Amino acid sequence: MGYANFLYMKGELSLVAIIVILFIYDIFGSKKSLQYYQPTACILLLIHTLINLLPGSETVAFGGMYHATPMGSIVKTILSIGTLLVFMQANSWLKSEQIIIRRGEFYLITLSTLLGMYFMISAGHFLMFFIGIEMASIPMATLIAYDKYRNTSAEAAAKYILSAVFASGLSLYGISLIYGTTGSLYFEEIPAGLNGSPMQIMAFVFFFVGLGFKLSLVPFHQWTPDVYEGAPTSVTAYLSVISKGAAAFVLMTILCKVFAPLVTEWRAILYGIIIVSITLANLFAIRQQNIKRFFAYSSISQAGYIMLGVISGSALGMTSLVYYVLVYMLSNLAAFGVIAAVERQSGKIMIDDYNGLYGTNPRLSVVMMLALFSLAGIPPFAGFFSKFFIFAAAAEQGYYVLVFIALLNTIISLYYYLRIVKAMFINKTETPIEHFQTDAYTRISLIACSAGILLLGIISAVYEHLNDFSFGM
Amino acid sequence: MEIHMEYYLVVSTIMFFAGIYGFITRRNLLAILISIELILNSVDMNFVVFNRYLFPEQLEGLFFTLFAIGISACETAVAIAIIINIYRNIRNIQAKNLNQLKD
Repeated sequence: MGYANFLYMKGELSLVAIIVILFIYDIFGSKKSLQYYQPTACILLLIHTLINLLPGSETVAFGGMYHATPMGSIVKTILSIGTLLVFMQANSWLKSEQIIIRRGEFYLITLSTLLGMYFMISAGHFLMFFIGIEMASIPMATLIAYDKYRNTSAEAAAKYILSAVFASGLSLYGISLIYGTTGSLYFEEIPAGLNGSPMQIMAFVFFFVGLGFKLSLVPFHQWTPDVYEGAPTSVTAYLSVISKGAAAFVLMTILCKVFAPLVTEWRAILYGIIIVSITLANLFAIRQQNIKRFFAYSSISQAGYIMLGVISGSALGMTSLVYYVLVYMLSNLAAFGVIAAVERQSGKIMIDDYNGLYGTNPRLSVVMMLALFSLAGIPPFAGFFSKFFIFAAAAEQGYYVLVFIALLNTIISLYYYLRIVKAMFINKTETPIEHFQTDAYTRISLIACSAGILLLGIISAVYEHLNDFSFGM
Repeated sequence: MEIHMEYYLVVSTIMFFAGIYGFITRRNLLAILISIELILNSVDMNFVVFNRYLFPEQLEGLFFTLFAIGISACETAVAIAIIINIYRNIRNIQAKNLNQLKD
């Protein structure tokens, strides 16, 4: 091997460089210079995103351990844009009195989870995949426990790490059985050894359970509402969007590349899981009062929709999956930006607290409304188009019943998304949340999200650009 | 006389399912963590045994085991740090007391 192989890992290298620079800055920066920490982090991440904007070509490095695809690099760009938005929204929280002393760690840990997702996306070997997924989930637990003096933060972190480690243990057991039956761990070589024996199907199910936990599909979703509620709001935003998007894309590539010979089996498993995830999560979301728990259930059902792209297994499915992740990311981050701003200002996180928000904070309410309409899939907004494409991808493979059930569920979801809109615009209350100004960073990120929601669906070039790079089974 | 591969696999399978049983039934966070360690160790054993008996000409399984051991150590470290944090907050580590977040 030559060290020249490292040059293929452009995205990872520049991310490592950012982590090192921020680490040194955090330790050695004087108190006065540290006030520029937040802008530095944002600008560095922006530069990193711009450098890696071009998808590049398909490369294999380190004897097949690292396998970069153009689609993978587009997903990486989407994830780093999302991280940038989270950084901007987290600023006012990180400046608060108790947190500011530990502010640097937030950026470092977040970026290292992002690095883990990068490795996971361009893995060509189960070892790389495993290291990536652990690198993404272990630091995440420390992020969730970030509010050191708040009980619920530690409780959520304990629930997260115990279930994440348990899931990765199950996943590893599956990988070990796959190794035993096929004799290889390279993604390229495994399909040749897969013959659909009961042992291999069991191994696949174990492996799938591990990723199901990451994606919080029903029946592996029990940790999600608790963790989302207990974690600091900016971390919840990161958890619900970035790590879920990465896991969805990785699941699709692994199912299409590695487990292609078992396609009938995994389609049958996914079929059931999609129906259960979408339906149960929708029914639970209706009765939530806490807005963070509400978004937890909403994200479970959105993950079910994302799986519709996976089940199709075609190039069209991959395009619509990545497009869905992009739109879902912008909508969810807009919603969480508003939630974080309101929580920061008034400490209120119940849906009833949003009564009369339009009267006092009209602009925030409109952003929230755009986000909710996009999540529910109402036509002029991007969410409608992403749902449309993903339904088209599944219907193309003949899953008409499944698409019909998903469509029915869209109507149920409309009910509970509109509940928040109704609280903000129609419900009256004596004591609404008072008028307040959000800081400049939050405002910029909310404007970016809203612009994305409004424009992404209309500008078809985005979708066509994605379509050029996608691949299926 | 050589020990057959099946004997190792039986031990590792028993360890794996004992770990799952423990994860579900234990009430103390540290005991839950120990159960998880059982699961991870059974996986390591699987890898080594498959490598040694089925594919002795390569070292993939052994390397995987080394990395898996390292990573499970990280997981334990972070989990224990979080458990200590819980102990500081509520003065015990019983799972039934982690009940502030619920529907």
